[in-house]
Amino acid sequence: MAEPGVPPPIAVEGLTMAYGAYVLQRNLNFTVQRGDIFVIMGGSGCGKSTLLRHMIGLKSPAEGAVHYSGESLWDASPERQREILRGTGVLFQKGAMWSSMTLAENIALPLQEYTSLPAAEIRSLAALKLALVGLAGFEDYYPSEISGGMQKRAGLARAMALDPDILFFDEPSAGLDPISSRLLDDLILELRDSLGATIVVVSHELASIFAIADNSIFLDAESKTMIASGNPKSLLAECDNPTVRQFLTRGEGAAVTPVAP
Amino acid sequence: MSAEAQQQQRDGGAAAFEVGRPDPGTALVRLQGDWTVHARLPGVAEVTAAFAEGAPPARLAFDTSALGQWDSTLLAFLRSVGEEAVSRRIEVDDAGLPDGARRLLRLAAAVPERGDRSLPARKPWLARLGDASLAFGGAAGEAIGFIGEAALGLGRLLTGRAQLRSADLWLLVQQAGAQALPIVALISLLVGLILAFVGSVQLRLFGAQIYVANLVAIGMTREMGAMMAAIIMAGRTGAAYAAQLGTMQVNEEIDALKTIGVDPTDFLVMPRMVALILMMPLLCVYADALGILGGFIVGVGMLGITPEQYWNQTLAWLRVNDFLLGVGKSVVFGVIIAVAGCLRGIQCGRSAAAVGEAATSAVVTAIVWIIVADGICAVLTNVLGI
Repeated sequence: MAEPGVPPPIAVEGLTMAYGAYVLQRNLNFTVQRGDIFVIMGGSGCGKSTLLRHMIGLKSPAEGAVHYSGESLWDASPERQREILRGTGVLFQKGAMWSSMTLAENIALPLQEYTSLPAAEIRSLAALKLALVGLAGFEDYYPSEISGGMQKRAGLARAMALDPDILFFDEPSAGLDPISSRLLDDLILELRDSLGATIVVVSHELASIFAIADNSIFLDAESKTMIASGNPKSLLAECDNPTVRQFLTRGEGAAVTPVAP
Repeated sequence: MSAEAQQQQRDGGAAAFEVGRPDPGTALVRLQGDWTVHARLPGVAEVTAAFAEGAPPARLAFDTSALGQWDSTLLAFLRSVGEEAVSRRIEVDDAGLPDGARRLLRLAAAVPERGDRSLPARKPWLARLGDASLAFGGAAGEAIGFIGEAALGLGRLLTGRAQLRSADLWLLVQQAGAQALPIVALISLLVGLILAFVGSVQLRLFGAQIYVANLVAIGMTREMGAMMAAIIMAGRTGAAYAAQLGTMQVNEEIDALKTIGVDPTDFLVMPRMVALILMMPLLCVYADALGILGGFIVGVGMLGITPEQYWNQTLAWLRVNDFLLGVGKSVVFGVIIAVAGCLRGIQCGRSAAAVGEAATSAVVTAIVWIIVADGICAVLTNVLGI
């Protein structure tokens, strides 16, 4: 659904990620279209989460660029970077709720940072966001007093605090039971449909990937680059790269062959 | 099943094996008894010795008809025997093994998915020395960068361009202030007592016990009050800061702060530094007073000085300069403790073990810097004649 003339919300160009001399992934190129749910998939340790850190301004690329609506994030001044990232929200893997603050204070902090709303207004906004993720009445609980799944939902409420256009999810299904994971998927779809948000998800949960993804890329740890892109369902039907096939079919057709001692 | 019967069933006899040669080309290992972690196990050497005896066999087979219970220890034994056999080009026939053992051995022998991902070979010592030097240089650069950031943060705070969250600050002040009083009281009192004791032994030789009051008053206010308070706070509060910030790093809470555009220096480091800058001078004064009380107890209780004499002698020799020097140093020490604790916490890796290392390293760093700073102060005051 690319609109001509309008730059896409996120475009990654020639991105190379490295820790010192150790290159994790090289030459990544992809575009995230407005209103899409875009999944970054791949096996453990291939650099999915690191790619996310590059996109949300936590780690600078070794080479290449991340463009937000045509503007390069890493070439911008720190103030401008802050401005660009203001339009994004991030749900970290374990929720990353600030443990010394109550849920309401957690959600209030981004609002206090970026707006000059009165305290009462902020409080009611925080309560609303918590209610949206099914945590009405938990405003004054500390993160340690609620379950992992609830912390994750609270993290989502905080990510949505500033009504961002772009939401990032780092492994939303990790550590959740199948039903909570399914509910979170539904919530992600609902957010896209109701708020029109663009959503980027890092995941290796097949059920979740097939349920939510409009578009995806596949990062490979062996060749250190992306080896497939497209809708996961059509990748499953058409892609003939053995690594991608093996991933999307949970290793069927390429079972581990035992070697005789 | 009765306990006795269970015991009997479990007792298949001691683990043992014998190596036979049913035909010249085959070595047959006959396994007996229970091969479990609780048993005394025979070594592999006997089997390999049997390989060497006479003509080397072409085939290795197993007979497990007398084998009792077994667990991974049997597998480990069979695996070493198998490796030994393969290295001697002896064919291993696992048909005689229990079904489960055979399957597990095959699983263990399956080639790992990514064999090339093994650890890199150990580098020569010169390369390791180089790496260590580079890492040290990098860490020093990081520390200096952090100190710079903290200074900028303090500047922003003083010029009113950044704000402290008052709720956080009061909690931190309470933790670093009121809650530290009991331990600071105990340690300073004891240090005062010790100073007086050690001094009195020498001073008594000259009949100059009264000078214990001078020793304690000057020693506490100029050096020991600030130093003791700083060392206690490094162990108590510096370690706590490192652990708090380290855990926040592990939970990605610091990343979450950065993504909403909040500077972790302003938000996490500044309140802690301000709390210590406010509390350290107070703790120092408190430590001075308690130390002098310790000296008073020894002087009056054991050296036969009257309370008035001790009090007057202390007042006469207690100089404002000494007192202010101690208090001034305690502010510097407070900054050092906060910087070391927060620096190590923010540098923390992403594991539980890293949090422990961060806390340890925060205390060590703080104490080293405190002593160095105190040394520099001593030289400076000597040169300046204060």
